[in-house]
Amino acid sequence: MTPILEIRGLQASVEDMPILKGVDLSVNPGEVHAIMGPNGSGKSTLASILAGREDYEIDGGTVHYRGDDLLEMDVDERAREGVFLAFQYPVELPGVSMMNFLKQAVNSVREHRGQEPLGAAALLRLAKEKAALIELNPRLKQRSVNQGFSGGEKKRNEIFQLAMLEPAMAILDETDSGLDIDALRSVAHGVNQLRNPDRGFLIITHYQRLLNYIVPDFVHVMVDGQIVQSAGKELALELEKRGYDWVYDHISA
Amino acid sequence: MNTDTQYLHQVAESDYEHGWSTDIASDTIPKGLNEEVIRLISAKKQDPDWMLESRLRAFRHWETLASDTDKYPRWAHLDHPEINFQDISYYSAPGSKPRYESLDEVDPELLQTFEALGIPLEEQKVLAGVAVDAVVDSVSVTTTFKEELAKLGIIFCSFTEAIENHGDLVRKYMGSVVPHTDNFYAALNAAVFSDGSFCYIPPGVRCPMELSTYFRINQAGTGQFERTLIVAEEGSYVSYLEGCTAPRRDENQLHAAVVEIIAHKDAEVKYSTIQNWYPGNAEGKGGVFNFVTKRGICEGTGSKISWTQLETGSAITWKYPSVILKGDHSIGEFYSVAFTKGRQQADTGTKMLHLGRNTSSTIISKGISAGQSNNSYRGLVRINKRAENARNFAQCDSMLLGDRCGAHTFPYLEIHNPTAQVEHEATTSKVGEDQMFYCQQRGISEQDAIKLLVSGFCQEILTKLPMEFAVEARKLLAIELEGSVG
Repeated sequence: MTPILEIRGLQASVEDMPILKGVDLSVNPGEVHAIMGPNGSGKSTLASILAGREDYEIDGGTVHYRGDDLLEMDVDERAREGVFLAFQYPVELPGVSMMNFLKQAVNSVREHRGQEPLGAAALLRLAKEKAALIELNPRLKQRSVNQGFSGGEKKRNEIFQLAMLEPAMAILDETDSGLDIDALRSVAHGVNQLRNPDRGFLIITHYQRLLNYIVPDFVHVMVDGQIVQSAGKELALELEKRGYDWVYDHISA
Repeated sequence: MNTDTQYLHQVAESDYEHGWSTDIASDTIPKGLNEEVIRLISAKKQDPDWMLESRLRAFRHWETLASDTDKYPRWAHLDHPEINFQDISYYSAPGSKPRYESLDEVDPELLQTFEALGIPLEEQKVLAGVAVDAVVDSVSVTTTFKEELAKLGIIFCSFTEAIENHGDLVRKYMGSVVPHTDNFYAALNAAVFSDGSFCYIPPGVRCPMELSTYFRINQAGTGQFERTLIVAEEGSYVSYLEGCTAPRRDENQLHAAVVEIIAHKDAEVKYSTIQNWYPGNAEGKGGVFNFVTKRGICEGTGSKISWTQLETGSAITWKYPSVILKGDHSIGEFYSVAFTKGRQQADTGTKMLHLGRNTSSTIISKGISAGQSNNSYRGLVRINKRAENARNFAQCDSMLLGDRCGAHTFPYLEIHNPTAQVEHEATTSKVGEDQMFYCQQRGISEQDAIKLLVSGFCQEILTKLPMEFAVEARKLLAIELEGSVG
């Protein structure tokens, strides 16, 4: 089986400062991987690089997406190929209506897949269905993208877009940060609805609590630009109990 | 250079889409400006004596301004070569016949030009319900819907016809809002104007259709000096559309129009413009110099004048659609999108002059600059002594595409009454890398992302345009941003 995502020895830096120091990770279809780690360990950098942000220098290693060289692709090409990033800080687009934005996004992806573009009515139907699935307030579809959305609404809107675009590889960058317990539960519920045997998830989080609701198949601990430990879901609980100091001790031991 | 920047450069340097000229016989007088020329224009127009006198008065005043270089207006944030007013031809008419009774008489090539611009008159008559008074160069070629409007007592005709058939109205109102002494270009226009549009809405009549005029400059080296006069009687309503495109030219073309609006008690006039004249090439050569004086007066209590404009063309735009809020409880509005690229320069804004009590005005201006262009908002809000409880809200937002362009805001406030409430907000933003990244991460291409973000930025204004005009405006913006040559 070809992994959806295969990262080998990935090294990256910002202004000559190394951030990722050799990351290895494989995600197979249907798997949910969680990456945990202290602040500044390089988790979000990894997410940004996978999505194609240009602020980083790739110093070594490879990333393959369904067998193709991901790092060679443009940002929008990656997205059309099925790599989706749920942003830690979703951006506001004043004056750009949600439906217009979704129409452009969905039809760009569809065109790439050789599908007919969706008309306004079909798009609305789809949006209604997906909004119900992930419990997004349907009112938000009338607004400008993320403008005037609460923190929770913004995160839920990311999951809503995930549902609309149906990517093969979904990366969630600290989707739980800044959410109260109800919002967290609802976002997790949305993600669980979207798990399927063909889709891979990479969930980046600082805290274990999200993983109470989205149960991962694998947990990786990232420290100082490297994955230092990988195991099943029980690792997250271990970390919660012992804190990241335990990992540091573990490495130096 | 990253791809964003490359794309922006491509946009900034893209060519003008409506660049062609129509090859039709035309009647053009020699270059130069003097009293003889004024008399010649007047004779060609078959002016009545009072009109000739009015032109000569304006010309003599203009001469005093032109003879003193200190009197040429230089305060705008614009940089252009001295204009040689003797090197311009001041009159040009398409064909030898000054007017046409029906479309059959119109030069077929001219009709094709209109079709290329997307205004097939025949279809438009049937489909759009828009009366079109098409002005090519200086003479009205054809006017449609006149009979239907006439039933309601609405007069919508060329300025020349108005002088001939409605002389009293023209004499009463022409120059009452923008006198020839107002400014340099207003004086020039009053002296040499060749045609334009006249619109009169009788008391209590709501004009059932959008009145639309297409202006088009079409002769090398000729200036176009239009005059528009709109009179809305008590309790009437009219929505007026002005749309412009012009063929490519290598010489600078001077355009100095005057628009006057008079709104009586409880009347409402909505004036919308799309301006898309030839902006010059990527190096800044050629392009229209657009020096326009537009002003309306809310003469009566409860009257309202609203200006909405989308400015994407011209090498130089110097334009301040203004409202004199004389009647108590009158309302003035100014909604503007100005897009500049290449070497274009725009200095545009408004004046809201509050004279009456409980008057209110709203200003929303959106400037988008790309390439090496310069885009300035200049606005004056003056609250006079007698203007109790006047209110003004002004919001000026600028968006920069790339790092070689400029955006400037020059707000002037003169408050002479302590009860005034005035708010001003201004923002300048770059098209954010974060916003671009967000769109692209959803599969939207770079070009589409820029279009999406820019049209989002202008959304508030574009929704103020009448529906069919808004569609055209969106298309125009998309084309301007596209960078592709059609």
